[in-house]
Amino acid sequence: MIGIEHYVVVSSILFVLGVLGIFLNRKNVIVILMAIELILLAVNINLVAFSAFLHDLTGQIFAMFVLTVAAGEAAVGLAILVIYFRGRGTIAVDDVNRMKG
Amino acid sequence: MDWSQSLRLIAPEETLSIAGLILLLVAAWGGDKASRLISILTVAALVAAGIMVSPALCGATMGPDASAFFGQFHADAFASYAKVLIYISAAASLVIAPVFFERFNAMRAEYPILVLFAALGMGIMVSAGDLLTLYIGLEMNSLAAYVLAAFLRNDGRSAEAGLKYFVLGALASGILLFGMSLTYGFTGTTSFSGINAALAGGLSHGALFGIVFMLAGLAFKVSAVPFHMWTPDVYEGAPTPVTMFFATAPKVAAMGLMMRVLLDAFSDQAAAWQQIVLFLALASIVVGALGAIGQTNIKRLMAYSSINNVGFILVGLAVATPQGASAMLFYLAIYIAMSLGGFAVILMLKDEDGNYVEHIPSYAGLSRTRPGLALGLAMIMFSLAGIPPLFGFWGKFLVFKAAVDGGMIALAALGFAASVIGAFYYLKVVKIIYFDEPADVVKGESDIWHKLILVISCVVISPLGFFLTKWLGGLTDTAATALFHAL
Repeated sequence: MIGIEHYVVVSSILFVLGVLGIFLNRKNVIVILMAIELILLAVNINLVAFSAFLHDLTGQIFAMFVLTVAAGEAAVGLAILVIYFRGRGTIAVDDVNRMKG
Repeated sequence: MDWSQSLRLIAPEETLSIAGLILLLVAAWGGDKASRLISILTVAALVAAGIMVSPALCGATMGPDASAFFGQFHADAFASYAKVLIYISAAASLVIAPVFFERFNAMRAEYPILVLFAALGMGIMVSAGDLLTLYIGLEMNSLAAYVLAAFLRNDGRSAEAGLKYFVLGALASGILLFGMSLTYGFTGTTSFSGINAALAGGLSHGALFGIVFMLAGLAFKVSAVPFHMWTPDVYEGAPTPVTMFFATAPKVAAMGLMMRVLLDAFSDQAAAWQQIVLFLALASIVVGALGAIGQTNIKRLMAYSSINNVGFILVGLAVATPQGASAMLFYLAIYIAMSLGGFAVILMLKDEDGNYVEHIPSYAGLSRTRPGLALGLAMIMFSLAGIPPLFGFWGKFLVFKAAVDGGMIALAALGFAASVIGAFYYLKVVKIIYFDEPADVVKGESDIWHKLILVISCVVISPLGFFLTKWLGGLTDTAATALFHAL
């Protein structure tokens, strides 16, 4: 029997992977965008699992909102990435360092 | 509670969103030529929304009268107070913008509209009565803000600021959202009053994790230490009018949101979050003060100064009393006045060719070439440092008084000691502009709007500001009372 705790564990693992993906990744900003999506999807698993567990629809509605906002966020992120690439000619994470201190 | 009542309560939000959508169409057809018209209309919409929220503030609306859509949205005196500050900041960053962007041939019609939507999102944030409303408001503000940071498309620093702000802001939203999902799972509801009722029997471990994650996400948004690392880079790289906007309105919104979440939803769990807020406050004061010492770029200096000020404001939150909340709201108003004035000065510091001078040592001799500007900058620096005759002192005084009255004498003492470190770098700027060998870099004429904002903010932070204490204190007390009676 798969209970609520299994879902929470899976979503926690995905969340941690997403956060690590942002901080340990040294290669590519696109990977960071993917890690952000992973975090949001971990949250969605949590919301839907709790919603089913509690017999309460709020969580599923919340998940729909999160999906919509995630799409908007990805669009804005990619747009910023495009103008960044146009100026610098690279999207390597190590090169995002013109400002320091 | 009926729908027409709800729709009447959200009138300011309706005004702003309809104005935003119409102006977006005007921008699509009129192009960049229409940007001046759109700026004027946006400021008019913000003023109209500000007038609409003022009855709730002056009439001390609170409790069930102010709650719309089954408690999802609170249009009470607290929200109105925060919204007035947000709309003032947004309008100020619109009127100072055209001169700046025209220099880079970048005055686009989107700028006022993005600011308008960000202000709308921030208004929703401070009115939130439900985790869902909170999230929608926050993202509405954030998505507009990411684009604003990268607004100078051809400037490498601006694009980099936008990228950094986006990545860290999205991470913060993710952490906040994870906390919200845990809170929902362990309390079974997303409304603040429901969460409060569900936690009455005690705090489960899952809900505690929820609080911690939500606090981490919110600390990102207010740029409290240890989640402050994006602030200096974004402030430096973003175009100066945008930096002015970031330094003022989102601070009010995120701080208001933090107060709503902690003092409404988790008000009975103060013991669980007070320690965390205490740490955030002290760490922000100390790191903000120490980090600013070595800076030579004025915008980075203002970034560390805002981290430092956020620490002082959080002291009021750590106390968790209505007096502390009132002190925070008072401090926010003074902080807005100081920041708007500070960035107006930064926008006026130009060299002979009209380039913006951000390098602090180049300001040497400012007192001879531009005495009025030097006086304004010196007043703002003294006020930020909290030196008595100026109004900035009063905000710090109220916050520490609330801490002492709340029995947190050690916190007040440590904060006081740390504010002495902070005074060092503010005074260093004053020393450079008044006593260093003149470099005579800053010349050039200033725009009337910049002068106007500087003069208004200098009058507010001058000793004349103390005439406001009774009136503003009454408003902040009303707002704090409304916050504690929102459920």
